[in-house]
Amino acid sequence: MLLISCPWCRVERPEIEFRYGGEAHIDRPAQPADLDDHQWAEFLYMRSNPKGLLAERWRHVHGCGRFFNAVRHTVSDRFVCVYKTGEKCPDLEALAREGAQ
Amino acid sequence: MPDTALYAPATTQGASVVSRPDVTVTRAAPLARLAFRGDATAAGKAGAAFGASLPMAPLAANPVGQRAALWLGPDEWLLLAASGTVGEEVPWALARTLCDEIATAVGTHPHALVDVSERNVALIVSGPRAAALLNTQVFLDLDEGAFPVGQVTRTLFTKAEIVLWRTGPDTFVVECWRSFAPYVEGLLANG
Ligand SMILES: [Zn+2]
Repeated sequence: MLLISCPWCRVERPEIEFRYGGEAHIDRPAQPADLDDHQWAEFLYMRSNPKGLLAERWRHVHGCGRFFNAVRHTVSDRFVCVYKTGEKCPDLEALAREGAQ
Repeated sequence: MPDTALYAPATTQGASVVSRPDVTVTRAAPLARLAFRGDATAAGKAGAAFGASLPMAPLAANPVGQRAALWLGPDEWLLLAASGTVGEEVPWALARTLCDEIATAVGTHPHALVDVSERNVALIVSGPRAAALLNTQVFLDLDEGAFPVGQVTRTLFTKAEIVLWRTGPDTFVVECWRSFAPYVEGLLANG
């Protein structure tokens, strides 16, 4: 069973306590009314979908209930690091250079 | 039996769910239960009014006599209180009083306070095989090194969400939603 560590609870927990929340660091446009349909569709639907490291939102839904962010490798399913909502996104390219996979 | 003054075995018929030499599962008598959410300031005021401070450390519980404040999340706590007389009914007067006192103490500071006394029921799982029995449905490491006495957490009991609190080396309390209780009891009885 995959263990995911929660930065709020500060423990590793089984995957089934968590829910996936999509790609992280997608900012909602400050003025949605100013966007045309194409720009709005970009915000709503277009994601980076890399083969490699991805910063994602996860929610410890059956634990503390909080959202947090995690860097996961989309091929190996390995969690590289987790950090709290609001904290800066790690440098994914640097992590990749360091050999995270 | 649990190592807190809070939980007493229920006196109702069928309160004994499992009775084996090495493990027992017993329904606990009803308690006043409050769900509290708010920031550290709100939690501080609530704890002073409640009589047991709301722990800020993850997975911590603070039992004080017949009160206990359980950390569920960084802004969420479950508050438990017993009235002192074991009965078959929820101590509604106590729940009402605590609700009023906490609401008054926290005042206009943003918070949420909900009486959930009748939402939960508690099961006391006790004996040398308590951890082993729970581990048939709970996917946590219940070794005392990983899950020490006093630790509390929300987790899954197969498909039912529970709050699991280790009140002693061989004693756990399972707080589960009332409608999940037959499922939880059934799996423990067959575990
Ligand atoms: Zn958590």
